Amino acid sequence: MLIEARELVKIYAMGEAEVRALAGVSADIAAGEFIAVMGPSGSGKSTFMNLLGCLDRQTSGEYLLAGERVSQLGPDRLARVRNRQIGFVFQHFNLLARTPAVENVELPLVYAGVPGKQRRDRAMAMLARVGLAERAHHQPAQLSGGQQQRVAIARALVTEPLLILADEPTGALDSRTSLEIMALFQELNRQGMTVVLVTHENDVARFARRILRFRDGRIVRDEPNAAADAARALRAEAVPA
Amino acid sequence: MNIGALLRIALRALAINKLRSALTMLGIVIGVGAVIVMIGVGAGAQKRVEEQIRALGSNLLLIMSGARTQGGVRLALGSGQTLSEDDALAINREIPEALAAPALRGGAQVIWGNANWSTQIYGTTPEYLVVREWQLAAGRAFEPAEMSGAGKVCLIGATVARQLFGSADPVDQVIRIKRVPFTVIGVLETKGQSLMGTDQDDVIIVPISTARARVLGSATQAKQRAVATIWVKAAEGYDTKVVEEQVRALLRQRHRLQPGSDDDFSLRNLQEVMSAQEASSRVLALLLAAVASVSLLVGGIGIMNIMLVSVTERTREIGLRMALGARTRDILGQFLVEAVTLSLIGGLIGVGLGLAASVAIGSFLGWRVLLAPEAVGLAVSFAFVIGVFFGFYPARKAARLNPVEALRFE
Ligand SMILES: Nc1ncnc2c1ncn2[C@@H]1O[C@H](COP(=O)(O)OP(=O)(O)OP(=O)(O)O)[C@@H](O)[C@H]1O
Ligand SMILES: [Mg+2]
Repeated sequence: MLIEARELVKIYAMGEAEVRALAGVSADIAAGEFIAVMGPSGSGKSTFMNLLGCLDRQTSGEYLLAGERVSQLGPDRLARVRNRQIGFVFQHFNLLARTPAVENVELPLVYAGVPGKQRRDRAMAMLARVGLAERAHHQPAQLSGGQQQRVAIARALVTEPLLILADEPTGALDSRTSLEIMALFQELNRQGMTVVLVTHENDVARFARRILRFRDGRIVRDEPNAAADAARALRAEAVPA
Repeated sequence: MNIGALLRIALRALAINKLRSALTMLGIVIGVGAVIVMIGVGAGAQKRVEEQIRALGSNLLLIMSGARTQGGVRLALGSGQTLSEDDALAINREIPEALAAPALRGGAQVIWGNANWSTQIYGTTPEYLVVREWQLAAGRAFEPAEMSGAGKVCLIGATVARQLFGSADPVDQVIRIKRVPFTVIGVLETKGQSLMGTDQDDVIIVPISTARARVLGSATQAKQRAVATIWVKAAEGYDTKVVEEQVRALLRQRHRLQPGSDDDFSLRNLQEVMSAQEASSRVLALLLAAVASVSLLVGGIGIMNIMLVSVTERTREIGLRMALGARTRDILGQFLVEAVTLSLIGGLIGVGLGLAASVAIGSFLGWRVLLAPEAVGLAVSFAFVIGVFFGFYPARKAARLNPVEALRFE
């Protein structure tokens, strides 16, 4: 099992009050799955993703990533786990301004200590994989939102992680571009990449093969996505090759 | 992450806010520039004093005849003819730690062959060379017989030797001073410029009796043994101030001055004149040191301020870098390198401006300014230390950010 989450609880202290953002979440995710996390605002989706991504620590419960109890690791080891095993995609792309696309993609490799030449080659290959080889030297401001998100996806992929975590990756994109990005995720998943993404939109969730529904810090439904095949059909007609 | 990668990140971040970076550097630029000028001026002044002491002789007192003021009217020094050779003899006799040399001075035309030159004639005693710590470059000094017998012999300064003789050997040549033939018996070592900036090597020294009888003439000196100046050297290891007071007391007694009345001579301690000059340049150096330390401090605070602003502005970037695998020390290093880059670039500009200002001060004020490589090293290390010191807090603040909160930051 790639991910094993057992009774994850996350409590934020807000002065006197406590916010129970996660109230006991258990889930197993196998390698190669494509999961959509859905639920109303404030239901704990982002909190869950942050725990999966080793950006934060749970208050209680257990989290194993590829069999490793990551919550016991020190900050530097956690940084290494984030660097090698997880690829993040954010709603607002989070590309470095005034920095060419290829250098943005190189960034995780910089922290991995990969030498410059190899770094550049791998970043260029990854940009080619998301269809942006000829935009490698454009800065984010010179790219459309969809293109920026592709660069961010290339950046998430460049260290060849175990899984991609994407918190509302289409939240800042129009619906047509959203579909393009989802098609890309689906393609990656077809090639074997594990993808977990948060979304509010059914059109987006349709691409996933399993949906986790959150409410008040718990998973209230965990079901396979019957619409996945339909989405594949939709993609074929919506996205020009 | 290696330092080259960190440096590239820092330069890019600084380039994004060029004007802001430049303004932030200003304090460091001024501070480092002031350090450079300060050290240059200080070292130059010290060098100058050292050279003057070498040129003039150390522990020197200069007595000139004529009171400084008489009834409120300042008389030209040397015009009163109140000093005599006997005063010098008395000093040598009564004050064992002092050596005195009386001197007469006047201008004269000197001829050798076709060459002629207008120069200063000094009539004095053999003690003069000892007092002035003046060696002979060639030839010999006066002999007692030449002193007492008004011998027509002379020692010439390096400038006179060059002007009259060029590359020829002046020793034993006969020159004419005001048409009187003199044998050159020696050439003086080069002394360089005096305190007043005159050429001390443009001089001919003759026995004082000869000067009085043959060259300067008794007309200029009404009294038979009057002299314009007496040079006094306090022996090594004695306080020139004490010797100065002894000399003053002796002269007042010999001149029968009533207690309370003014001196009829002027006695100057050249050591003090020089130290006064040194002190004034030290004041300037101190002033510059104050400017430097205030600017460096303000510059450092400016860097800290801008780095704090930058950390806040780039909170999301920091969160992103952490999500992508940056460790605490990577973030710390990134912002520290950025602060140090800022201060070092400021420091290098400051070195450039400081050197330019030093040269300008040297040429416009006529001060001697030394450009020492150590000063550049010192100033640059200052800038470095300031960058590290004032950059550390903001960098640590960045490194301690929680990645989730940093990513969420608006
Ligand atoms: N740093 C924090 N401090 C205090 N409370 C927090 C913090 N982060 C999240 N919360 C609270 O935890 C709960 C879950 O938040 P979370 O961000 O996981 O929701 P979400 O499902 O992602 O919502 P949305 O769809 O709006 O993004 C919310 O009530 C939120 O207010
Ligand atoms: Mg959220």
